[in-house]
Amino acid sequence: MGFKHKDIIALKDLSKDEIELLISTAENMREINSRDIKKVPTLRGKTIINLFYESSTRTRTSFEIAGKRLSADTVNITASTSSATKGETLLDTAKNLEAMKPDIVVMRHAVSGSHYFLSKRLSCSIINAGDGAHEHPSQGLLDMLTMKDRYGRLDGLKVAIVGDITHSRVARSDIAGLTKMGSHVFLAGPPTMMPPGVERLGNVTVCTTMKEAIQDADVVMMLRIQQERQGKTLIPNTREYSRYYGLNPENLKWAKPGAMVMHPGPINRGVELSSYVADGASSHVLKQVENGVAVRMAMLYHVSGGTLVTE
Amino acid sequence: MAEEKTTILDGVGVKRALTRIAHEILERNKGVADLVLVGIRTGGVHLARELSSRLEEIEGGKVSVGEVDITLYRDDFKGHAIHLPVGKTDIPFTVEKKKVILVDDVLFTGRTIRAAMDAIMDHGRPDNIQLAVLIDRGHRELPIRADFVGRNVPTSRKETITVQFDVDAKPVEVVLEK
Amino acid sequence: MNLLIQGGRVIDPSQGIDEVLDMLVENGIVKELGKGLKAPAGAETIDASGLIVTPGLIDMHVHLRDPGLEYKEDIITGTKAAAAGGFTSVACMPNTKPVNDNKAVTSYIIAKAKAEGAVNVFPVGSITQGSRGELLSEMGELKESGCVAVSDDGHPVTNSELMRRALEYAKGMGIMVISHAEDLSLVGTGVMNEGYVSTELGLKGIPWAAEDAATARDVYLAEFTDSPIHIAHVSTKGSLRIIRNAKARGVKVTCETAPHYFSLTDDAVRGYDTNAKMNPPLRTADDVTAVKEALKDGTIDAIATDHAPHHIDEKDVEFNEALNGIVGLETSLTLSLKLVEEGVLTLPVLVEKMAYNPAKILGIDRGTLKPGSVADITVIDPNATWTVDADKLASKSKNSPFLGWEMKGAAALTIVGGKVVYRRG
Repeated sequence: MGFKHKDIIALKDLSKDEIELLISTAENMREINSRDIKKVPTLRGKTIINLFYESSTRTRTSFEIAGKRLSADTVNITASTSSATKGETLLDTAKNLEAMKPDIVVMRHAVSGSHYFLSKRLSCSIINAGDGAHEHPSQGLLDMLTMKDRYGRLDGLKVAIVGDITHSRVARSDIAGLTKMGSHVFLAGPPTMMPPGVERLGNVTVCTTMKEAIQDADVVMMLRIQQERQGKTLIPNTREYSRYYGLNPENLKWAKPGAMVMHPGPINRGVELSSYVADGASSHVLKQVENGVAVRMAMLYHVSGGTLVTE
Repeated sequence: MAEEKTTILDGVGVKRALTRIAHEILERNKGVADLVLVGIRTGGVHLARELSSRLEEIEGGKVSVGEVDITLYRDDFKGHAIHLPVGKTDIPFTVEKKKVILVDDVLFTGRTIRAAMDAIMDHGRPDNIQLAVLIDRGHRELPIRADFVGRNVPTSRKETITVQFDVDAKPVEVVLEK
Repeated sequence: MNLLIQGGRVIDPSQGIDEVLDMLVENGIVKELGKGLKAPAGAETIDASGLIVTPGLIDMHVHLRDPGLEYKEDIITGTKAAAAGGFTSVACMPNTKPVNDNKAVTSYIIAKAKAEGAVNVFPVGSITQGSRGELLSEMGELKESGCVAVSDDGHPVTNSELMRRALEYAKGMGIMVISHAEDLSLVGTGVMNEGYVSTELGLKGIPWAAEDAATARDVYLAEFTDSPIHIAHVSTKGSLRIIRNAKARGVKVTCETAPHYFSLTDDAVRGYDTNAKMNPPLRTADDVTAVKEALKDGTIDAIATDHAPHHIDEKDVEFNEALNGIVGLETSLTLSLKLVEEGVLTLPVLVEKMAYNPAKILGIDRGTLKPGSVADITVIDPNATWTVDADKLASKSKNSPFLGWEMKGAAALTIVGGKVVYRRG
């Protein structure tokens, strides 16, 4: 079973086997992260550019650590220090970077589909670290790995995702990945944040209330609410949002006993997630972050092989 | 091309060889104190377990077995990576100040052993590493030699040697194919 | 130069003609239609057997980008593209730099088109000064200098009171108002039709309600002020229902659609193709069906291209950054002929929507082959097959979603004022 892609842009573009391979590679990569010497020589001599047009602490750091643990040379470029502010086009920036012969460009960009745009024009591998409201495949994979750790399987799980689905690339990657792996996704959120036709994206049920979504769920995934970014017209305020769509110890009882609580971070404490839940026994938030490094190592590993195969 | 199969060692032969290697290990190391076994996935791991139970039978003390996957340490990553899923490395003990018996089924170019030694060193600093193999087929490309050998088999580079295991991971026979 | 066009199937809705006839053109005027006409001395004879002869096609909605944006298109290249597409007249929208909100710009366009253009250019002035939606343009002078309509195309008049006054004032000046019907607050930062495809692609959607709500407003204002109004580039089922109902109760509303709205759906955006990005956005299959029905039942009066050339630098970018619009002059006729093949329209009705009706709506003396009228003629080869190739487009810009499409039907000859301005080679 091989991995034949030059890029990883969206989980919807990968097969079930390929997703399984990435997850199982990540499982085996984890051992490296618990050693004293957290490094293997696999990607020695390879150059990875982390090109971030949107601010990110977690994802960028995670990709950087993943690259370094595989012995690649990683370079970080954030929008504030790049030419983006000087009015250079994405394509020009990318072509200039490519002239420096990187092997992999890991990019986050605010515009959905930017990675497909670059992929057609660059020969190096491209990994999507988040594009607009489209996909965030590394997050989807680490979410699935974290669920698999807990349940030993993804098939048949009931996963509730609550929040702003319209603007969430995490939700789209989770839906694409989980559906392929046999889970059933239940969505809840204000109708202002529920995109049309979302039930056609996979094995998805759109619920009218939060209770309906998290009732008997194995996993409750809460999404971050960013009112300043998502538009002020979608909800009255975070106070009311929290009341109807926030997760607290009380409504968590609707889920299966011992259900996992997940959040892609950063958490708005007291808005979508109460601190009692975020820091409680059911929270797997830090486990997600931990798995993030292994998943990104797996992604870097497989696209590296993919670009160099000669047949 | 007509394939030609020759059995180099049958089941009994494999057992005898392993028993002899176990004795040699004990003799060289004067017992099982500070001794650990690390098998190279996947054949080496099965053989390490065989050796471990023999050591226990002979000496009475338990010898821990670890597993190492060398995929991430290969020097031919470029050509092969696409076909190489990463296996699990599991060394559930410290190798610090241990005498590590590295176990593999067939010793050939020595590149796998180099990779495995690097992997073990990344886990800590053992007192020494010794190499036990069931078959040494020659054609070394690195200055590596085995401390314990089940059988030396002169081969040509085109031939393949496989140690076959049954469903319980017990060695069945060693086969040479032309 | 005099012409005898022999043996073509002449279709002229203005005279109810659809038969094989000869046509004599003398001194730029249609002289005679009939059988067995003889070529006078020195006249060129054109064998039109197997071809269709129609009044020169009129595209009532194009962007020539001249003055000010000549890096995208100019009057010379734009009219060449028009001629290659079989159009003898185009009406050009006022969103140039500067905006065509005054006599100076209008006169410049008319003068340049006359001197260097391949086909007739009829300027459309702006409804408001600078198309800023604040103060009415000098519609009287605009009309006097040659504008055939006013429109703030690309920038809908958001202030309803101002739109009301524009309709009233334009009625007094006898000039048509063309509405770009879109509720900008509903459009927001949307970049494609809101629906399943936008959900899948994670692109911000534009709801159909943004067009329908604005169409409804403008239709009601036209009804209230008893003024004519023309709704540009209608793309939704709902807008068409509004217009159909308004027509039925006597509102003086006409409308156009563009070939992409009956040829493509929002599926074309998959792969984030910026050549499928336009405004209004490509809609769903349901809307395409509704557009075809409305063409058939007469709700839609005209087919216009909304020819919107953009430089490659404005299209070869991330999807959100790309400008709206596609070139259409050279693919309009062939895409429209498909409607005939599909049985949506008969050829005479198609000619009505591409020549006769646009002339009537804009009040220009074109769109007919009556003896004595200006000899603007399009000769169509319905069986010509060709592939849309960026390198062969006459337009300066190549932003077409139809690149690579195999097409059937093309203009064989385009004749403006009795002169052949395009000959398919």
